[in-house]
Amino acid sequence: MSGYRLENGGRIDRSRPVEFSFDGNPYQGFAGDTLASALLANGISLFGRSFKYHRPRGIMAAGSEEPNALISVDRGAGRFTPNLRATGVEIHAGLNAFSQNRWPSLKRDFGAINDRLGMFFPAGFYNKTFMWPRSFWEKLYEPAIRKMAGLGDAPTQEDPDIYASTYAHCDLLIVGAGPAGIDAALEAMGSNKRIILIDEQDELGGGALADPALWPWLERSRKALIDAPNVTILTRTTAFGYYHDNFIGAVQRLTDHMPNNSDSPREKLWRVRAGEVVLAQGAIERPLVFDGNDTPGVMLSSAAKVFANRFGVAVGTSVALMTAHDSGWHDVFALVKAGVGIKAVIDVRTELSSALLDEASRLGINVYLNHSVTGVNGRHRVTSIQICNNDDFVGARIDCDTLLMAGGWTPSVHLWSHSKGSLAWRDDIGAYVPDQPNENARCVGACSGGWDFGSGMIVDVLPTPKDQSRIKAFVDFQNDVTAKDIKLAVREGFRSIEHIKRYTTNGMATDQGKTSNLNGLQIASTALAKPVTDIGLTSFRPPYTPQTFGALAAHAKGALFQPTRTTNIDGWAAENGAVFELVAQWRRARYFPKMGEDMHAAVNRECVAVRSSVGIFDASTLGKIEVVGPDAAEFLNRMYTNPWKALEPGRCRYGLLLKEDGFITDDGVSARLAPDRFHLTTTTGGAARVLNMMEDYLQTEWPDLDVWLTSTTEQYAVIALQGPNARKLLEPLVEGIDLSADAFPHMAIREGTICGIPTRLFRVSFTGELGFEINVPTAYGRAVWEHLMAEGAKFDITPYGTEAMHVLRAEKGFIIVGQDTDGTITPFDAGLDWAAGKKKPDFVGKRSMARPDIVAPGRKQLVGLLTDDPNVVLEEGAQIVADPRQPIPMTMIGHVTSSYWSETLGRSIAFALVAGGHEMMGGMLYIPMPGKTHEAKVSGMVFYDAEGARLHV
Amino acid sequence: MILIHCPYCDEKRPEIEFANAGQAHVARPLDPSSQSDEEWEAYLFIRANPRGRHHERWRHVHGCGRFFNAVRDTVTDKFETTYKAGEPRR
Ligand SMILES: [Zn+2]
Repeated sequence: MSGYRLENGGRIDRSRPVEFSFDGNPYQGFAGDTLASALLANGISLFGRSFKYHRPRGIMAAGSEEPNALISVDRGAGRFTPNLRATGVEIHAGLNAFSQNRWPSLKRDFGAINDRLGMFFPAGFYNKTFMWPRSFWEKLYEPAIRKMAGLGDAPTQEDPDIYASTYAHCDLLIVGAGPAGIDAALEAMGSNKRIILIDEQDELGGGALADPALWPWLERSRKALIDAPNVTILTRTTAFGYYHDNFIGAVQRLTDHMPNNSDSPREKLWRVRAGEVVLAQGAIERPLVFDGNDTPGVMLSSAAKVFANRFGVAVGTSVALMTAHDSGWHDVFALVKAGVGIKAVIDVRTELSSALLDEASRLGINVYLNHSVTGVNGRHRVTSIQICNNDDFVGARIDCDTLLMAGGWTPSVHLWSHSKGSLAWRDDIGAYVPDQPNENARCVGACSGGWDFGSGMIVDVLPTPKDQSRIKAFVDFQNDVTAKDIKLAVREGFRSIEHIKRYTTNGMATDQGKTSNLNGLQIASTALAKPVTDIGLTSFRPPYTPQTFGALAAHAKGALFQPTRTTNIDGWAAENGAVFELVAQWRRARYFPKMGEDMHAAVNRECVAVRSSVGIFDASTLGKIEVVGPDAAEFLNRMYTNPWKALEPGRCRYGLLLKEDGFITDDGVSARLAPDRFHLTTTTGGAARVLNMMEDYLQTEWPDLDVWLTSTTEQYAVIALQGPNARKLLEPLVEGIDLSADAFPHMAIREGTICGIPTRLFRVSFTGELGFEINVPTAYGRAVWEHLMAEGAKFDITPYGTEAMHVLRAEKGFIIVGQDTDGTITPFDAGLDWAAGKKKPDFVGKRSMARPDIVAPGRKQLVGLLTDDPNVVLEEGAQIVADPRQPIPMTMIGHVTSSYWSETLGRSIAFALVAGGHEMMGGMLYIPMPGKTHEAKVSGMVFYDAEGARLHV
Repeated sequence: MILIHCPYCDEKRPEIEFANAGQAHVARPLDPSSQSDEEWEAYLFIRANPRGRHHERWRHVHGCGRFFNAVRDTVTDKFETTYKAGEPRR
């Protein structure tokens, strides 16, 4: 027990005690505390176990750069958040926090054996050790390592919280509300600019919150900004990424600091487009690198000042400072003022300003110049430190329970770097600072490299008489990377910091090296004997701090992840027990099971009904494009393989669409309504793609054609009425159209009314039966459907779904683009060369049909397959071989694309893509499937009514 | 998210309203049947992959629907200019 609550001071509300728990034990803090400050005040110094060596770790920082104290917060079922920084978690009544990466408990952790075995875990350890055999990696090494070396546990339940998101626009966005950011806001406040001021903490002030002398100014400024109507203040908000054209992503934490879960959003994603961005992100203090610098009780000097002045917490009873920078001295003076006991100040430098020395002397502080800390005693808490003179290595021991480190400052250029602003190296501060902007942005305050807390000396590793290869001097605390690891990487030949980073994992933890990048760079620079600027700088990438998936997804989850498109008839299908499937974004009825039926039974019944009487099918999802204009026929003639110019108004044609490379991309039946008007249909999934492709050709290749394209997919409900009784059912309901076979032949279109509703009536068939597709304005779809169902009762009309539709079309040899083709299939491969207009001089894809690869033998071609055993239904996707006796791995010559049980034929049928398949008619092929290799005969693809007798009636 | 100037709408709009449509100024030969296999291969498949200035097509698909041309720097991802389809290469 060494940290404690100071008698006075801090911005906490001592009149409001707060009860919370950590690792199941109850503690008390005050309103305004973070989990870190409250636990420090309770004398807690052990916060977690390190990533690789499971070394005991305490608090190192006071802000979001904290690498050690990662904790989990449990807010109930599904509300478990791992890897939060204790320095950023505000306490509230009932807060339930846990330490991580320890078993069975934080104090007694079995994984700590890794620390004793440390010599076996050098840089690149995983890469070197767990290379072989591969199966060991997947089954043994990785699960074991993941369990041992880890962060917090991932949540296992669905997140019940809701998250909000918004877009915002402003003239000026200021990131960081420390003194520099507040000044920028005050300065711009009087203009008519819309200003947004963002800060990750719970109140404005940044570094000023730890400086009581600035509090009156802070309060005045805060009031002025709140009163300004053009200033929006977002606290508890992290600007995590800076993207193109001054687009900033930020997450605002709305409820995690409150005692109870609420129904209001937990976090809110802000997507801000700003005219100008001012970055005032401040600077992060650098740790010093020496043996034992990760012992609990060793922390950043500036953090101790924050805990004392902002939270009224002494981080220890006897505190020593190891410094290379003036700022450490100022911190210590502030600590004395706050009532914290200072044991000694050790400075690695020999000379520094007399003002500092005088003040130390006035305060009675022991000072050791030209000295370094060479060792830290104590495992779960500092008990004493070893120091020695840098020249003669004469040493001394100082008893203390806390050791502060002041290694200088690193400007926070994270967002600046996201924006691709350039950086310049400054030798005097040993850090990169912002140079040339890439966006309309500027940096102010400490993140620009300007500060008033003095100067310092740049040291990579503190001088020590010890064998450098035997000490644990940490650089990256979160990933357990030591100075030794970086030197080893250099010895093994790594030269670029990008490679050294990946080999050692320095800077690759969840904190992205906020406290480690510059120290790592300095150590590599010394080891390589090259200036820092010659070995590069790793890139900063969003997010600045880890963010929840919930916030990034915001509303886009569950039913709102992507819209489900439904037809006007969908409600009827749902009420009548349809089983649905998703096709592209459409929800389609797959089959309509009757009581006790499984899919197989339902589909068989639906197929038989279509073949024997009449079936009804919702085809509204078919893509539809209205093509209008004097050049409409010419345009279609160029787009599709088929000839269109001679098509008479009132007639339909099957259209096959290729891409310019000659491969099938879509198909559909289209109708000519008038000389200058066509009604095109596309596949359900292809509608948008086809329209885009047509617009592309129309706008950029043939802008001279006078044609207009309009998507009409959602303008029409389409009801397919298929079966020998279709005409009988339809005839009494239709007006203005002669339905007789002579007047209205197969592949024709007529306009009239059905049930009084205007209709475009197609006589077409995707089933091989006498069929009609009734297009009515979408809003009338269900009404017409229900009327047909009522009138059709005398024919035992049967609604059927996509599954029966698939079987019926396969019996007739009709392909489905995207199922029976895969983007490498030509019309010839698919047996559709009859649809490619040989006499046409040109159409999209025609030239490619003569490409050498397209005319070469051995291409995969679409054929029918009839299994030897008619009861065997092949698996779609099953591979096909020519010789089942060949050794494994066999030569696969194709695969099954469609396969069904045909109740009509009393046997299975299938399509397959087979290399050279058209030449194999009547031959036998083999399909290895689990348990048995099946035999099938290659056949044509039309299994039913090949002469089309059932169509032309 | 990049802002892209649509030369038809004459407005800078967010990237999500647009779709990239590949390299610009690759005109479909007027008479494909007269193309040799090599010429046709070049038209179909051979594309530039420059480091720096790149002429490409975009479509304001969730806006006016028009295809247009753009010059974008592939290193900085900055748009230098956009112009209407059919206008000369910039
Ligand atoms: Zn536009």
